[in-house]
Amino acid sequence: MYAFVTGPLAWLAFGIFFIGLIVRAVWYIRGLDWRADRVAYTEHFGAGMKGAFRSILHWIVPFGSHSWRFYPGMTILFFVFHFCLLFTPIFLGAHNMLLMERWGFSLPAISDTTGDLLTVILLVAAVFLILRRIALPEVRILTTAYDYLLLAITVAPFVTGFLAFHHVGDYHFWLITHILSGELWLIAVPFTKLSHALLFFLSRAQLGMDYGIKRGGMKGRGLAW
Amino acid sequence: MPEGILCNRKPINTKEDLHALLNDKSGKQYYQEMKELNVDQEALWATIQKSLKSRLKTWLEICAHCGLCSDACFLYLANNKDPKQVPSYKIQSTLGEIVRRKGRVDNEFMRMVMDTAWSKCTCCNRCGQYCPFGIDMGVMFGYLRGLCFSQGFVPWEMKIGSGMHRVYRAQMDVTTEDWVDTCQWMAEEYGEDWPGLEIPIDKENADIIYTVNAREPKHYPEDIGEAAILFHLAGEDWTVPSVGWEETSLAMFAGDWEGCKMQVESVYDAMERLKPRRMVVTECGHAYRATVVEGPYWTGRKSGQPPVETLHYVEWVAEVLRTGKLKIDPAKKIKEPVTLQDSCNYIRNAGLANFTREIMSHIAEDFREMKPNREHNFCCGGGGGFNGIGCYRTERNIGLKVKRDQILATGAKLVISPCHNCWDAIRDLEEIYKIGIRWSFLKPLLIEMAIVPEHLKPQEEAEEA
Ligand code: SF4
Ligand code: SF4
Repeated sequence: MYAFVTGPLAWLAFGIFFIGLIVRAVWYIRGLDWRADRVAYTEHFGAGMKGAFRSILHWIVPFGSHSWRFYPGMTILFFVFHFCLLFTPIFLGAHNMLLMERWGFSLPAISDTTGDLLTVILLVAAVFLILRRIALPEVRILTTAYDYLLLAITVAPFVTGFLAFHHVGDYHFWLITHILSGELWLIAVPFTKLSHALLFFLSRAQLGMDYGIKRGGMKGRGLAW
Repeated sequence: MPEGILCNRKPINTKEDLHALLNDKSGKQYYQEMKELNVDQEALWATIQKSLKSRLKTWLEICAHCGLCSDACFLYLANNKDPKQVPSYKIQSTLGEIVRRKGRVDNEFMRMVMDTAWSKCTCCNRCGQYCPFGIDMGVMFGYLRGLCFSQGFVPWEMKIGSGMHRVYRAQMDVTTEDWVDTCQWMAEEYGEDWPGLEIPIDKENADIIYTVNAREPKHYPEDIGEAAILFHLAGEDWTVPSVGWEETSLAMFAGDWEGCKMQVESVYDAMERLKPRRMVVTECGHAYRATVVEGPYWTGRKSGQPPVETLHYVEWVAEVLRTGKLKIDPAKKIKEPVTLQDSCNYIRNAGLANFTREIMSHIAEDFREMKPNREHNFCCGGGGGFNGIGCYRTERNIGLKVKRDQILATGAKLVISPCHNCWDAIRDLEEIYKIGIRWSFLKPLLIEMAIVPEHLKPQEEAEEA
């Protein structure tokens, strides 16, 4: 079982993840239409790229945009959650050991304690995200079961990994569930709105080009994000 | 009833149809018929499949339902943070739902969509600035209005507005003769006081072609006279076209894309016919948005630019003040606290914030910014056609509260508003909430403050001197 989930199934999951995201990127860019979107993307590519870059930059930096500064609590929650989500699995010691075993290379690894800590922080952040959905009327009205499902798919590998690592109950069971849930997440990304992992950048770039080319970027100053 | 006599899916293309609609006071029969209007679901879905491209599709799909766009929307704030006014909710429950149902929606649903598209969003685009993904509900509501228009679910005044552009190439029934007469009348009227003042019509190769908002010839002809005085004082070589003088676009507010194209083509034709070096448009926000920002795309101009260099009035004023072509008498600068309304259409959506600040630095001693301001300013409360739709008057008046409070917080009693729409909204908010403010375009203020060169002095004054 272990061999299967870390072998062919892992290949499949990673394959779907990467190919899926590439397809989404191609599909997104090909679907841009200068006339329908009313943005002369190619005519003013330079100004557009400048706008795109600014638009992404202001938003990947914590407190870099007016909106992030307007909602400091959510901003911290958002960045903590996403940082733990991406950083932990990539630099986790156990993952890199596996990488070394299979591929003969590894990335710098964080200590087990750090991994543990980041996992707990992520789970706490997830709880706050859920509470926020329930508590704030303006978020509650938007929330659907699908939002909770995606959050569950996202945190499941962390919960199961944590249980496996600490040998709570049946280690083998939790390990397999951990791997399966991780693979489920990989497969879910291109097919659900978790695809925002990639589309965040494309969508931000698009609006950045819009402002960079058409809505003032070439005349006045560009938009102050 | 599939389609009504007045309320139907056909755009207005003749004077007869237009007058029939105008004669239906307040759209009584029109809205009655709308209750029976069928939704052409196949056509609706076919249009969506053809026109809903990856940008909008992605926006609809990846919205994280995070609610960060809420406080960006002045209508959400004005309505005591009613969750039903959250931008994402408004678009998901309308356009989002139509797409999910593949166009299979009924009459009642479409009427709800119409109410949402015209009374819960002014297409100010502020929410797009606050969404982490850059999801711009204003853009999507613009698209949705287009779908509504194609199905005949459009407020009565907007249908009329679109028809006006199609029939008269102006948002009001102003013919070429009316326009030319008004210009001549104003030239005579003001020429008495301003020797040598002219309003040159159809002059080729002028430095500036000046274009307006049809409200000016129709209701505020003095605005044209004032523009003439200022061009005269600045010594500009300018002209107005006899045809293609109207830059506004109620068709844009109505979602009538074909009408938009017809209108803006008439202006571009004038530019090509008269070959001016550049164009200046009056103090109107959506006119600039329609003709300069969006127009090139409606007409398929790959460069995304109109045929000649285009200036908003505030750019021209900033330029003549900067170069000294127009000089302000320091003694006549505005002494009292004064604030400035940033129009969404040429500030947020065209980046001209610095030009208006430059003007204020020349003319005001105590200029007070609203908060927030510049690209982050709130809609005046009446944009996107909201001012003009009778059946949403209550909603519009509620929406004005945000601007009212912004103005009050500055402590200024004078609001400069270089935009027709904002000017109306601010006038109405004073009428309703009585906060004791005055409001003005730039032109009359500038004329008061300008230093008049000796040889251009109004005659009596010259005689007296
Ligand atoms: S801020 Fe953007 S992602 Fe969040 S709910 Fe609003 S539209 Fe959706
Ligand atoms: S475009 Fe403006 S009015 Fe419309 S939903 Fe967004 S913030 Fe509100």
